[in-house]
Amino acid sequence: MAAHADSIKSIERGETGTVVRLVGDIDLHRSHDVHQSLLDVCRERPNKLIVDLRDVAYMDSSGVGTLVEVFRQVNAYKGKLALVAPSARVKNLFQITKLDQFFRIFATPEEALGAD
Amino acid sequence: MSALWPRGVETVDLRIRSDPAHLADMREAVRQMAERCGFAADETDAVALAVDEALTNTIKHGYGGSPEGDIDIHLERLAGELGGGLEVRIRDYGHQVDPEGICSRDLSDIRPGGLGVHIMRCVMDELRYERCQGGGMLVTMRKYLTRHGESPVG
Repeated sequence: MAAHADSIKSIERGETGTVVRLVGDIDLHRSHDVHQSLLDVCRERPNKLIVDLRDVAYMDSSGVGTLVEVFRQVNAYKGKLALVAPSARVKNLFQITKLDQFFRIFATPEEALGAD
Repeated sequence: MSALWPRGVETVDLRIRSDPAHLADMREAVRQMAERCGFAADETDAVALAVDEALTNTIKHGYGGSPEGDIDIHLERLAGELGGGLEVRIRDYGHQVDPEGICSRDLSDIRPGGLGVHIMRCVMDELRYERCQGGGMLVTMRKYLTRHGESPVG
């Protein structure tokens, strides 16, 4: 699938869910585009929405806020959000904001898609 | 990215516009200065994050999201105090708020927004907000190294 924002590397839609692969720095400069792109995917109501973070070099609270908002949107239609492979830097941010216990985090998209 | 600051640089003063497109360059500038101060890689990342959060708040709240405001940034290597460290001062000329009203929020309330101050307080050893004469705010943050070159905050 073609990316339609600088921070969206790919969007792969499958039977078990949709995987959105992000890339680069997700800060105030980029988080709005990421937010809009992920909300567009939420409107398709995938049973599982997987956000692949392996190519995300940096994230700040605006990026985290986007993920929280997407979680709320997915939860509203009884779907499931999962994150994949955040870097140590991003994991540290999740720990600081106590969201490491909130998000479901997996090592690969396949694991995330296969999970309950 | 090649080194931005020559060896021996103790202070750096920059002025940027309140455009989020500048945030990435500022993070790199802060990382390099923090590295010169003696912080380890994970600590330079954390300091860059804290400064990024402060700048983000300035852009969003000080200038209401306008990219036309001026932001002055002062980076200063601290010598002697608690083994050295880094001071960052961010001055804007935008909207003023009561410093007493700037606080972290309850993290058990899972919602977007309001995390920047919490992150800054977790990372930095000192954080202070002041209203400036003539308008705008000044944010001053410090992070110290220990006597043996290790940050006291893990």
